[in-house]
Amino acid sequence: MVKVRLWGSLRQAAEGQTEVEVEARTFKELLDRLVETYPGLAPQIARGVSLSLDGVIYREAWFTEIRPESEVVLMPYMTGG
Amino acid sequence: MSLDEYRKREFKQVGQRVRRPDGVDKVTGRAMYGADATAPGMLVGRVLRSPHAHARIRSIDTSAAAALPGVKAVLTGADLPVQEDAFVRDVQDNCMAREKALYDGHAVAAVAAVDAATAKAALKLIKVDYEVLPHVTDVDVAIKPGAPVVQAGRTLENVPAGMSENVTSHCEFGHGDPAAGFARADHVVERHFRTAATHQGYIEPHAALASVTSDGKAELWCCTQGQFFVRTLCAAIMGMEASQLRVTASEIGGGFGGKTTVFIEPVALALSRKAGRPVKIVMNRDEVFRATGPTVHTSMDVKIGMTKDGRITAAEAHLRYSGGAFPCGTVDMGAQAAFAAYDLENVRTYGWNVMTNRPKEASYRAPGAPQAIYAVESVLDELCQHFRLDPIDVRLKNAARKGTKSSYGPTFPDIGLVATLEAAKRHPHYTAPLKPGQGRGISCGFWFNFGGNSCVSLNINTDGTVGVTEGNPDIGGSRASISLMAAEELGIPYERVRTIVADTSSLGYNDVTDGSRVTFAVGLATIKAAREAIRVMCGRAARIWGIDAEAVEWKDGAAVPAGPNAGKFPPMSLAEIAAVSFETGGPIAGHHEVNVDGAGVSFGVHIVDVEVDRETGATKVLRYTVFQDAGKAVHPSYVEGQMQGGAVQGIGWALNEEYIYGPDGRLQNPGFLDYRVPVASDLPMIDTVILEIPNPGHPYGVRGVGETGIVPPLAAISNAVSRSAGIRLSELPMSPPRVLKALGA
Repeated sequence: MVKVRLWGSLRQAAEGQTEVEVEARTFKELLDRLVETYPGLAPQIARGVSLSLDGVIYREAWFTEIRPESEVVLMPYMTGG
Repeated sequence: MSLDEYRKREFKQVGQRVRRPDGVDKVTGRAMYGADATAPGMLVGRVLRSPHAHARIRSIDTSAAAALPGVKAVLTGADLPVQEDAFVRDVQDNCMAREKALYDGHAVAAVAAVDAATAKAALKLIKVDYEVLPHVTDVDVAIKPGAPVVQAGRTLENVPAGMSENVTSHCEFGHGDPAAGFARADHVVERHFRTAATHQGYIEPHAALASVTSDGKAELWCCTQGQFFVRTLCAAIMGMEASQLRVTASEIGGGFGGKTTVFIEPVALALSRKAGRPVKIVMNRDEVFRATGPTVHTSMDVKIGMTKDGRITAAEAHLRYSGGAFPCGTVDMGAQAAFAAYDLENVRTYGWNVMTNRPKEASYRAPGAPQAIYAVESVLDELCQHFRLDPIDVRLKNAARKGTKSSYGPTFPDIGLVATLEAAKRHPHYTAPLKPGQGRGISCGFWFNFGGNSCVSLNINTDGTVGVTEGNPDIGGSRASISLMAAEELGIPYERVRTIVADTSSLGYNDVTDGSRVTFAVGLATIKAAREAIRVMCGRAARIWGIDAEAVEWKDGAAVPAGPNAGKFPPMSLAEIAAVSFETGGPIAGHHEVNVDGAGVSFGVHIVDVEVDRETGATKVLRYTVFQDAGKAVHPSYVEGQMQGGAVQGIGWALNEEYIYGPDGRLQNPGFLDYRVPVASDLPMIDTVILEIPNPGHPYGVRGVGETGIVPPLAAISNAVSRSAGIRLSELPMSPPRVLKALGA
């Protein structure tokens, strides 16, 4: 199981939690499990999210490996200028 | 991408201040900018724009314009398909209004004619029947229930019930218990701030030349920060396959984020398809201001509690951003960046995006961060003044470092903020004496940076030179930096490498030149493409020598036997291997295609001295020093240029630049006479101090530097003004009238 930290405004979409646990080994599996477990997160995930894995921010990269001990933080999709 | 890319090495090319490859063309006027493109039979395109801030378009009668001799095509929103994808639909509707004109300057029709005079006359013949609607251009008004609704039905599921329909999204970040933290503070400061919308202020107006042929193929030449993204958007809007649309980016006269989308490009394509001839559209400055992306304008409340020894106990921010007449996610970035510089036990940021009858926001260097950090750093400075504490000491006491749980969630790996603050404190500027009436301000800044999709093709020419083909318009010196990294890896002189920017049919997809990504991400792809070419060259040398490829290594620009057991052969240089490449298997090249991550966040600290003229309200910037962690500075002059450019744009934002709307909702100052950017005579030399803390996510330790520099100036100058004049302004810009008002003059 992987612990995933959500940003605060996703709380209502995740049954009031800002930290959830899902079974996932990759970024893509993580997103799929989040949508399955918390359908309220689906609109935000469809709009785009970034993922911080042990402090490194990933914008896509489905196959990025996630270890059970990894720090995983869901973030809005990054934009820049 | 992993965090173990970096290997320490002694650089021979990287770090040199080599001659820039675009310099001669630019200073002699030979460089081909967007407006320089021509094509046989080319028509002139012009756009009709709404004079109203908000109006329903009852009808558009184009018959008289179409009948005017010399007019070859007329276009309205009805000529373009309705898009299913909300993002593309917003982009298209911003390029050409459909049912409503949403802001002063919104495009409502366009013509293509044989010359400019005919096109201009045709625009006057287009009759638009408008039903003028109530408008709203201020974020604080637009957020209130009962405000005129800019667009209905755009509110996301995350917006609490009961708010105006103009509120399209809400976000919240943070951790801990701010209420408990404020209760522990010895002093709490809470202030309200506002910042004006500013324009990126690039000198080159938008320009596009489109040519659509009868067999459905199309060519588009335009000034853009991302030709591949232009292709994606235009192909969707035109209903074309990407393979049939080739987009070529011109030399670019500034972008700063403002050229990361499209405005006239699909209009030129649609006119060309209708007319059957090439169509060129060049915006004038009035159009650039009224219809292309400024930043968000904001209204913010920030509250910080501190102990008397300078430790922050809690921090909270409420950010209300408006990105104009369409939904906009910039407030998410501001809310994450606001307190990122600090190690906080209790922190919370709340953000709302609010639609107003203004142009659709486009990115501007570190979008969303300068505004939020201006408010945070201003309150922090006021607390330092209250407790009579040194501003850098307080920031050091609270600085985020390795292991800090950031205010936006992740735990920071190695970061450079403390080193940057310490460098600022050691610098002579920080302790230089000030004269009476002068004030010194500092501010920290932060930006995320990112990598992204990057493709590089590196070709070894038979004469021993090297061509690098990449896909990102060069807005900050990337061609020189990429050539330097290729030369470094290959072990050849910089002068033997030439880097060019490819069109969309010549290379795989490359993300836009934004997010401070190109020197980092495309540089990484270049290094890996060079390594692939080296692998091939070592293989060729091995076959010539009759030994295993594994027994050959690359050293100082030549293949050499890897050890005494490999045999005795003289080094075979890149030029020697290239010269016989046809005989040894064919042309030699290296490629690399990757979606790069691991960019690494960036911090900066700015120190500024100012003097406020109490009679005129004008603020003079006397001295300015920028400190920034660049990772490895590939071309230090360009890095310094990025730091200086960011500071100057931030100075303009702090002191003069603003979109001013009248009661009629029309922009009052769409020109450089009334929208005043800093010019050379307004500025001192901007000094720079580059800190080189290697980014572990890049083979050479490179970090993005293009955006962080614009983040600190807003607060640094505001803090300096407060110490110079004894007034604490909370609205930007701090233009002379506002300063005089604050002084009670």
